[in-house]
Amino acid sequence: MIKVKDLHKSFSGEEILKGLNTSFHAGKTNLIIGQSGAGKTVFLKCLLGLFEPTSGSIEYNKVAYASLNNKQKRDLRKEMGMVFQGSALFDSMNVAENVMFPLIMFTKQSKAAMKKRVDEVLERVDLIGVDHKSPAEISGGMQKRVAIARAIVNKPKYLFCDEPNSGLDPKTAILIDNLIQEITRENNITTVINTHDMNSVLEIGENIVFLKDGHLEWQGNKDEIYQSENDALTNFVYSSELFQKVRKAQLQGL
Amino acid sequence: MGYLHDIGEYFMMLKNVFKRMTKGSVLRTLIFKEIDDLIINSMGIVAFISFFLGAVVTIQTALNLGNPLIPKSLIAFTARQSIILEFSPTFISIIMAGKVGSYITSSIGTMRVTEQIDALEVMGINSVNYLVFPKMVAMLLYPFVICISMFLGIVGAYIAGVLGGYVASDLFIQGLQVDFIPYHLTYAFIKTFFFAFILATVPSYHGYYMRGGALEVGQASTTSFVWTSVILIITNYVLTQLLLS
Repeated sequence: MIKVKDLHKSFSGEEILKGLNTSFHAGKTNLIIGQSGAGKTVFLKCLLGLFEPTSGSIEYNKVAYASLNNKQKRDLRKEMGMVFQGSALFDSMNVAENVMFPLIMFTKQSKAAMKKRVDEVLERVDLIGVDHKSPAEISGGMQKRVAIARAIVNKPKYLFCDEPNSGLDPKTAILIDNLIQEITRENNITTVINTHDMNSVLEIGENIVFLKDGHLEWQGNKDEIYQSENDALTNFVYSSELFQKVRKAQLQGL
Repeated sequence: MGYLHDIGEYFMMLKNVFKRMTKGSVLRTLIFKEIDDLIINSMGIVAFISFFLGAVVTIQTALNLGNPLIPKSLIAFTARQSIILEFSPTFISIIMAGKVGSYITSSIGTMRVTEQIDALEVMGINSVNYLVFPKMVAMLLYPFVICISMFLGIVGAYIAGVLGGYVASDLFIQGLQVDFIPYHLTYAFIKTFFFAFILATVPSYHGYYMRGGALEVGQASTTSFVWTSVILIITNYVLTQLLLS
């Protein structure tokens, strides 16, 4: 579980995050949504420890990040997995080497044990027979799966995903969403997804944090979104005609 | 102020290179890969340029020696001194700033724009150490490249001089040995170590701290080449003043 208390973050005097209070739960898909410039990426980078908050605290399983020394922070980072927007696979390595990388860096397992774990994880993300290919030789959807495999190979407690669906067709996007949700539940991971994709919000949003201008504007689950009277949220989520119809149908119980 | 900021950032990067070392077995693999990319893959172009550079120096010297009182062995002497003191260490380093420097900047820059460096950082890896340290170690073999360059430069000079009919073989060999000062080799190799350090770190800095997309990667490579060349030439001047004057 991740607990955020009165989180502020400023750059050159400009306040981006303005006192966020929220929590992200283990075994659930926690989504951060909001318009561009709302502070989602800055928030995610604060959660990852890449940005130091100006004030406030972030607790990982009741331990405040700021109270940790550098070694403890690095150890905590090893418990985190990250799926980047562009997958961020290492070009110089093939698929199997990319997935094996965290194991090589942080474990003392034998090569055979590492290979076995890599095969398990690749099988879990439905990638079989591509382990020898380079990232450039596989599709965008496959790259995302490899990125997920690399993020979970070391059995992380926390999984962060930055727009995991961007650049994917709707069908592949749903597959990726479902895969992340299944892995989250199977391994009881605290997963935080930064997304713009309303399909994801309405499909896998078990705990949705809506940011507006650096504030926490609304928090709830996908079912509560339909009932919400928050204008900023409804304007954001139902900005397209299609989603307006979906909401209408939901409210009418169709 | 911008230049001061860049210089400060460069030295901060150098400090961070030696912090939190990457796992030994991983580093070893990376170092061998960098030796292959930076050293072995440069041998062809270095050999080609050195050979013809030596040949051209010989022909030009021979054509400018009109006075029959000047011994022909001076052609070899001039070629040797030019190649050992300047052409191999400095000229080849400028070429390497284009070849190796651009490669380093564009490969690290591409990792930056595709978030691969962020991925390393998120995993708790010191990305500067992971990316730059193996290049610095690999470039410790750069004097070996320059040694080959000197040898091939002199071979090129010999072939052009003798086969071109400018100087007899025995006179050329004699000229190579005239007034040979071993310290000149020491001077050349000291320069080469400094140049190797510059060739590994300045392009790395330009790649690591670049911002933007694909276009900016190209711009960073160009900027890197220009600054690496400028720093090489200034360092060459300073070292020459310190070591030879």
